[in-house]
Amino acid sequence: MSELTLERGLNALRAEIDAPVAAFFSSCVHCGICATACPFCTETGDPKYTPILKLEPLRLVWESEFTLWGRIKSSLGLSRKVTDEMLAEWEELLYDSCSMCGRCSIVCPVGNDLQYMIRKTREGMVASGHAPEGLIGAAGRAIRTGSPMGLQWKTLDVQIKHVEGSTGLEVPVDKAGADYLVLLSSMEIINFPEYLEAITKIFDHAGVKWTLSTDCFEATNAGIQIGSKDIAAELVERVVSAATKLNVKNVISPECGHAYTAIRWEGPNLIGRSYPFRVFHIIEVLDDLRASGRLQTEGKETDRLSMHDPCNLARKSGVIQQQRNLMDLVAENFVDLKEHGKYQWCCGAGGGVSSNERAEPLKMAAFKRKKAQIEEVEPERMVTMCATCRTQLEEGLEEFNMDIPVVGLTEMIADHLVEKGPPRG
Amino acid sequence: MSDPMGFLLWVKGPGLNWALAIFALGMLVRIVEIFMLGRKTNYAEPKGGEWGPGFKTILTRSVADPGTFARAPFNVVVGWIWHIGFLITLLLFIPHIELFRGVLGIAWPGLPNPVVDAVTAITILALVATLVHRLQHPVKKRISTPEDYLVWTVTFLPLLTGYLAYHRLVNPYPLILGLHILSVNLFLVVFPFTKLTHVFTAFIARWYNGAIFGRKGVES
Repeated sequence: MSELTLERGLNALRAEIDAPVAAFFSSCVHCGICATACPFCTETGDPKYTPILKLEPLRLVWESEFTLWGRIKSSLGLSRKVTDEMLAEWEELLYDSCSMCGRCSIVCPVGNDLQYMIRKTREGMVASGHAPEGLIGAAGRAIRTGSPMGLQWKTLDVQIKHVEGSTGLEVPVDKAGADYLVLLSSMEIINFPEYLEAITKIFDHAGVKWTLSTDCFEATNAGIQIGSKDIAAELVERVVSAATKLNVKNVISPECGHAYTAIRWEGPNLIGRSYPFRVFHIIEVLDDLRASGRLQTEGKETDRLSMHDPCNLARKSGVIQQQRNLMDLVAENFVDLKEHGKYQWCCGAGGGVSSNERAEPLKMAAFKRKKAQIEEVEPERMVTMCATCRTQLEEGLEEFNMDIPVVGLTEMIADHLVEKGPPRG
Repeated sequence: MSDPMGFLLWVKGPGLNWALAIFALGMLVRIVEIFMLGRKTNYAEPKGGEWGPGFKTILTRSVADPGTFARAPFNVVVGWIWHIGFLITLLLFIPHIELFRGVLGIAWPGLPNPVVDAVTAITILALVATLVHRLQHPVKKRISTPEDYLVWTVTFLPLLTGYLAYHRLVNPYPLILGLHILSVNLFLVVFPFTKLTHVFTAFIARWYNGAIFGRKGVES
């Protein structure tokens, strides 16, 4: 690796240092409580995965260049320098063993938002050429094809035809002036086609004017996962451009956690301007429809159900009560996991971990935390609202021979809609 | 300075003044360095405020959530004990209050000496326990640096020397009192250059944490 590449990485880290970062590093007392909040730490028992340690490259740059005392120490040769070897060693810590779930950020006694800093440190990792192959591949495919999995519109089109055939309803495409532009995630299109069918039914039922866009259907943002602002901004611009072209009032992020935080919270800052539309997670939209009496449901699920809150949705975006309101609508035997909402535990697959094949063993290790939580309440099925979480829950539960199916909340709602006469065709 | 009285006069005079100057100037630089960095404009439509949640988190983060308490009871309990113990001995010991009256011109009621004495003993024991924990706990051992042990030492010494002085366990008295004040000077000098800055910056960090989460509609 050349000096130039390292310098580019260091520059990216320098550009990320702001007042919160300085306040956070000035406040860490090395108490180690962040390790008790991290499933990669608790389940492997390896202290090298302690969240604050993962930030050492960013901390060194801050201390040696952004504090007077640090600059004096550096000039005397007393500071450790960030080297290419160090960044190579930290790649596993910043990507494989961190899902950016933010649980450490919510328990740190001095108030350090560690997840905020992990996201920033990844910028330096990408710029210095230290991002995992799996994520580089996903980001490249997202830029080239519009989908991190290389999925094209024609695949979605087949699914649209299938949904239209099975429901007798139209799946609106490129309808200018619709109230909502619906985005999907490739993982959802491939693994959970029932989602598209569910929203088609629900929106018809509630009389919602919506549309898909052939210009942009992908909601996820591999640029944010890998930590590249350039890639992330390009992907956000595609959504903004599609929404602007169709002149929609709102954009709906699908059952995916990071897609929502990407578009809802990071997107406007990546492109440096506010949107001419509003952004909602599908669960927020469904709960609004419920609250305004536009969701008429009948019957309830009778088996014992529990719920996994996606980190990005609950802890990182405050969508916590909405999914519970919706569960009450269609489930009579719902029990929450003991630690849920803002204190929920990550499934282990977020933050790009699931796109990083090499991280598979760590991803499964981290899942053991979720498994223990599920075992505590012994549900017959789990409900969630993120395709990545859902895939991880399904794989994890199967790995541990636990016969607990996982369902998406949106499709569960769709299953209970009151029939309103013969379908329009 | 060769006699104990000369030593005492130096540490409580020029020594303390120098230490206070380094402490005040050093901390001023540290705080200014933080705020000068600023934050970028946030264009995302907020779900909640920043100021309210920020100040709320300054208070609420003092109390561990039940899950964290169950997973790190030592950190939580011993952390609380020694922080409160340290503050009581510093702020509610009557001779200390007299010192504050002399320097700052303000005073407040103190606690009876035997109470402060007992609190000091508990605080000393709690601090020793934190050191043992740091040396033995796998995570703490892994993340600790020489600075952590330096900070532990400069925090421990004022308590230890204060206890020895109060009980007249070292003679002559001016010597141990001088050592006590010297240890405080050392604490003040080390303060701005180590994690002791958290005494001030943790409030800033908690505010930012609460503000960042609050803007997204999450109570942190």
